[in-house]
This record gives sequence, structure tokens and C-alpha cells, in this order.
Amino acid sequence: MSRVRVLMLGGLWRNNPALVLLLGLCPLLAVTTTLVNGLTLGLATLVVVAATNTIVSMMRHSLVAVVRIPLFVLIIASIVTCIDLLTHALLFELHEILGLFIPLIITNCAILAQAETVASRRPVNESLVSGIATGLGFCGVLVVLGAIREVVGQGTLLAGLDLLVGPWAANLRIDLPFDGMLVAVLPPGAFFGLAVVIALRNLIAARTGAPGRRMRTARVRRS
Amino acid sequence: MAATERTALRTLVLVGVIAVGAAALVSGSYEFSRDRIEANRQERLLQELQSVLDSAFSKAALNPTRIQASDPQRLGYEDPVDVYIVQDEERPRAAVFPAVAPDGYHAPIHLLIGVSADGVVTGVRVIEHRETPGLGDVIEIGKSDWIVQFDGKSLTSPQPPQWAVDDDDGSFDSITGATVTARAVVAGVRSGLEFYEARREELFARAADEATDRATENATDRAAEEPVNE
Repeated sequence: MSRVRVLMLGGLWRNNPALVLLLGLCPLLAVTTTLVNGLTLGLATLVVVAATNTIVSMMRHSLVAVVRIPLFVLIIASIVTCIDLLTHALLFELHEILGLFIPLIITNCAILAQAETVASRRPVNESLVSGIATGLGFCGVLVVLGAIREVVGQGTLLAGLDLLVGPWAANLRIDLPFDGMLVAVLPPGAFFGLAVVIALRNLIAARTGAPGRRMRTARVRRS
Repeated sequence: MAATERTALRTLVLVGVIAVGAAALVSGSYEFSRDRIEANRQERLLQELQSVLDSAFSKAALNPTRIQASDPQRLGYEDPVDVYIVQDEERPRAAVFPAVAPDGYHAPIHLLIGVSADGVVTGVRVIEHRETPGLGDVIEIGKSDWIVQFDGKSLTSPQPPQWAVDDDDGSFDSITGATVTARAVVAGVRSGLEFYEARREELFARAADEATDRATENATDRAAEEPVNE
């Protein structure tokens, strides 16, 4: 398997930040009330993790070990602030909905973990691919969870897409023939939904025999 | 010793370079977005004002005058709130102000009330609430048109005792499963109207002054900018 494929598979499936590492769950649980909300936060996170990985990797040779963590946080915080300002300027309505959660991307441990374990040790191209893979993995879970909660909770899909890509997308909204169960939109629904998605992932991992979480922890204990 | 000093220097330079880079990045995107964010806010404000005003006012012609007023008793806000007065040719036509319905089921309900100059409600919208989704949230205009029933009402029609939900022999529809919410909103709108009734003359006078000031200021600005031909 090529290096790129290994990295992509790692971020998307084997070490998925939301499903396996269980990082960044606070924004994940909070914003996934609809598919579009999840998608927007996922895209913002994707941009942040790809950009920080690239920047950190470019300066990995001049890093000083004792101040590396504050520097990572500074870089992440600046990029997130930029994205926060830009979404506020260009996607005003959506920014009003996501509100606090875009600045909160700073505290997403998955991004810091990428900077520390990958970007500060690997060349730029590998770090970038790994960042994109992690971002896509996170974004994917946000989209899936958002879709599940939107369908079960509101009986719609793709509601609010026009806020993200323009008025033409308002027609893409799908209204299903039921009202939905309220609990899916409320906070408990986020936990139920995430539990279902994690269980499905583990089930598939066990079926296909791919090394899942259990085997890896076992190996760590031995060493 | 020299090695330690070199490391310290390297650290300083590294942190300095990154801090400067980060500052440049952030201030650059701030410069880029500042005006757009401000324009978005203004646009949104006009949209909100228009939603509670008579549809005869077009958004472009609104040109509201903002003044501040404080009435914790009737409006429910400790701090002064923004009251917008719409005037044409120096005559007040309508006012828009926020009010709090303090007795919401989970938390106070924040309202925006639009009133014509003579005290008739032209629109009420719920700006913020934490009512139970699926029950109390029908007060949102996006969920149902319950809130529209206030249009055309005033403190004289219906009479004050009738400013209650129909469960309490009043003349407003209640909400199945969320009587508390309906009561709170009716009471909130009513006390907002009482604020308007009590302070109307003062508010209009201040808005007129404000508008005159603004007009003179603009005139002076224009005069100052005009090129002098001699």
C-alpha cells in the first residue's frame, strides 16, 4: 500500500479522530443537529487541521522542544480566528447558527495531536495528506451524525444548505413524510447517535478483520 | 553556557517570528472582514425591523433613528435598550423596541415589538427563547403563525382585562401543552406596549432631536467637503 493510502485510511477509518480516538467530541455533539451544520463545522476543522499541519511541518527543523506546544496552539488559534472572521463576513447566517463552535475548534485535541505526532516529525507532503485525512474523517462523522439526527429528529435532510452555498440549494431540501422524534435533536440524541455510529464502525471493523481498537491497545500494553 | 544562550536566543527568535506572522494573518483577515461583518449586521437589523413593521415601509426607506431608553420594570432589561423610531418628514411613524417576557417556561423570552405611532402593534417576533422544542417553540414565526395574532392589537383593543390567553378568558389563542409560554408572551407584549404608551412623547421628541442633529451634521460635513473655487 502506498504511503498516501495508509495515511488516508488512518485518518478516515483506522484512527478516525471522532470514532476511534474520540477527540473533539464537544463541538461534534453540539452542532450536529442538522447535516449542514455538521458539514460546515467539519469543513472549517478540515481547513484548520490541513493548514496547521503544513505550517508546523514546514518549520519542524527550527522548532524548540520546550515551547512547541504553545507555538502549536498559537498557530492553530490564529488560523481559527481567521476562519471565524471570514465565515462571519461571508456566511453570516450560518455563523450566527454555529456561533461559539467555530472558535472552539481551537480546543479540538485532534488538531493538536496531529501537530505533535505527525506534522512536527514528518515532511510537508505527508503531514498535509495526514491532516486532510484527519479532517475528512472528522467531517465525515459530523455529516453522518448530522444526517441521522436531522432525519430522525426533524424529518428533513439538507435543510439550510442554501445558507452555505447560495439560494439555489434551497430546493435540495428533502422533506420526509414524518415529523421526527424530538429526542434526536436534543443533547441526548447526540450521544445516542454517536453511540450508534461508533458501534457500526466497530462492527464493520470486526467483520472485515481489520485491526480495530482492541488489538492496538493490546499491543501498546505489551510494549 | 554558550549553548544554553544560543538555545534561548533561538527560542526567542522563533516565538517572535511566529507571533508576528500570526498577528499579521489575524489583522489581515480582520481588515478584510470588518466592513462586511458591519454591513451584514446592518442588513440583518433592517430585516428584523422590517419584519415587525407595516409592510408599507420598504427596507431601503426605513432609515431608523436609534435612541436608548431604560425601563427595567416594563421592558425587563436592566441596561438601556435600543429603541428604533421610523420617521418621515420629521413625523414619527412607528417604533421598534425589544422587550422581555420574564415568565417563560425555562428562561425569559426575548421579543421584538413593532408599533405604529398611535400604539397599534404591527408585528411581534421572538428573538430568543428556550421553550420546549415541539411545544412552546410554536411562538417562533418559522414554526407557526401564532405570534401574528398580536398584529393590529393595542392597549385599548382588546381592553386590558382581555390581554390574556383564552384559557384565562382573554382574547388571545393559547398553545396546547404550553400555556405558560403563551401567557408569558402575552404579558410580555402587553408590558412592552405599556412602556410605549407611557414614554411615547418623550421617545418621539428625542428621536426628532437626534434626526435634526444628524441632518445638521451631514450638512456641515458636506459643506466642509465642498471644494472652494476662487
